[in-house]
Amino acid sequence: MSFFLETLFGGLMSGMLYSLIGLGFVLIFKASGVFNFAQGAMVLVAALSMARFSSWIPHWLGFENLILANVLAFAASAVVMWLMAWAIERLVLRHLVNQEATTLLMATLGIAYFLEGIGQIAFGSSVYSINVGMPKDPAFILDSIFEGGLLINLEDLTAALISALLVAALALFFQVTATGRALRAVADDHQAAQSIGIPLNKIWVIVWTVAGLVALVAGIIWGSKFGVQFTLATATLRALPVVILGGLTSVPGAIIGGLIIGVGEKLSEVYIGPMVGGGIEIWFAYVLALVFLLFRPQGLFGEKIIDRV
Amino acid sequence: MFYRENGQFKTTYRSDQQIFPIRQDRIFISLLLIVAFVAVPLLASDYFLKAILIPFLILALAAIGLNILVGYCGQISLGTGAFMAVGAYAAWNVGVRMPAVPLVAQILIGGCFATVVGVIFGIPSLRIRGLYLAVATLAAQFFVDWAFLRIPFFTNHSSSGSVSVPALSILGVSLQTAGAKYLFVLCFVVVFALLAKNLVRSAIGREWMAIRDMDVAASVIGIRPMYAKLSAFAVSSFIVGVAGALWGFLHLGSWEPLAFDLNRSFQLLFMVIIGGLGSIVGSFYGAAFIVLVPVLLNHIPSWFGIPIAVDTATHIEQMIFGALIVFFLIAEPHGLARLWSIGKEKLRIWPFPH
Repeated sequence: MSFFLETLFGGLMSGMLYSLIGLGFVLIFKASGVFNFAQGAMVLVAALSMARFSSWIPHWLGFENLILANVLAFAASAVVMWLMAWAIERLVLRHLVNQEATTLLMATLGIAYFLEGIGQIAFGSSVYSINVGMPKDPAFILDSIFEGGLLINLEDLTAALISALLVAALALFFQVTATGRALRAVADDHQAAQSIGIPLNKIWVIVWTVAGLVALVAGIIWGSKFGVQFTLATATLRALPVVILGGLTSVPGAIIGGLIIGVGEKLSEVYIGPMVGGGIEIWFAYVLALVFLLFRPQGLFGEKIIDRV
Repeated sequence: MFYRENGQFKTTYRSDQQIFPIRQDRIFISLLLIVAFVAVPLLASDYFLKAILIPFLILALAAIGLNILVGYCGQISLGTGAFMAVGAYAAWNVGVRMPAVPLVAQILIGGCFATVVGVIFGIPSLRIRGLYLAVATLAAQFFVDWAFLRIPFFTNHSSSGSVSVPALSILGVSLQTAGAKYLFVLCFVVVFALLAKNLVRSAIGREWMAIRDMDVAASVIGIRPMYAKLSAFAVSSFIVGVAGALWGFLHLGSWEPLAFDLNRSFQLLFMVIIGGLGSIVGSFYGAAFIVLVPVLLNHIPSWFGIPIAVDTATHIEQMIFGALIVFFLIAEPHGLARLWSIGKEKLRIWPFPH
């Protein structure tokens, strides 16, 4: 029982990370109708810039303070993400308005290649580490209920908490601020939003920047856990089943989808994996999402698809 | 001046319905075929045949298969690499387990297995649409990658899923030289391109296009969505499977599941989109573009004598490739095939203004 619970917790925590990446997808898809395959590349670039700036900035300015270095590196990376969002809007999105979804999808794949290339040229392509002082030691909880207690990875727990905070902050941003309202308006109906004077291009830059910041947080968490390297770019592929399971247009869907996929993956790997030779994590999530979609083609919380001739 | 159809009257239904209704096109295609079948094997170097022409032809074939699904039937698929893998491994298994089966039959049987897998993974398309379907087809990709890596039966218990084909021969003629391989592949590609072209001009092709344009409206006028979608998946994955078998047998010789990973699927989708959705000839342009650009990018630094470290060169190549794709999508979202048809329109009246 305690083993099952440990697996479940592990799944929930990695699910939180998937939600985070899925969130970036959903934000961009809602606001600009672009299925952003470059989200993984954005995570990679963000993590690379965080890792490099946190070692460069103390060197340039000549101080030895980990916290200050991390804060400055975070700010620098945020600027990088903003620049990237601006460039993408200026150079790509603006010219592809009203194109088909497939064309836009392919364009983001092109962007992904470009970002992966330029990120590794600018920041180098070896394995870097990010040290933001996340606790590394495991901890035991609930030892009064279970014999020996439950083994909980504190790093995962912190990561899950940070993700939850970020999601809450985003929800507030969307519900309370004027910009958030504008974003929701654009997501609902581009034309109507434009006709009441919401500048579409500006909104896109904001959305891509926000998605970039989400990618930055995801990159920091993944990077401090596994090291910053090229495989971060494949994070997209982990997050795709999450967004289709939750529904492409739903923020709560991304979060709940992430949790379901995270738990499903871990449980399947532990309980079904040994029967068929292991390594099933990667496709199990997809098959899970696929089976789910057969019953609800628009995902858990997606907008209902209505067909008209 | 040279490309006018004045005076070419179509007096029978037959002549109205032929593949190339304009005489100049027929002449051009015949010349092209003669060059491809006779001149190229005589003149081209081994490197050119092996590194450029054979991959180009095989990938063009796979792109035709994918184009039937994406361009004609409107079902986005990101699992093409998986269907290629099924074709390749199935053909290899037939060859290993039943050595009496001739090479051509092996390849076609590989295609049949790919068809079965393709139809199975096509079933969700009856419920799921658009981008959801695109992601759902990734399930095929990851499942097949995993299956060939982890299920020892498929690879005859070889380690890490890598297999290699024995010496190839057809009707007692050895297929070891690059020229022979090239001709073998060319025959396949020509036959399948013709088949595909005729298929999309026929009733079933029109059904696919109706489904693509609006599936609800299509089903209202009496087109069965299930039949149309699944037949598109079947035909597409058959062609893709054959291309996969050719890729494994004639281009790679020995391969592991990594040869047919997600990047292959993306690459094929790029070909289809850059070449032009819903165009058979576009598949060839797309394949040429995707095969040639990396080769060119590889050579440019050495032409100018710029010393670049290998990994930087790879990254720059990746960057330029991505930028080129975006540029192409912006410049001509309908692909190279559209440029081609615009060029033909212009040529019809050239050099006169009207």
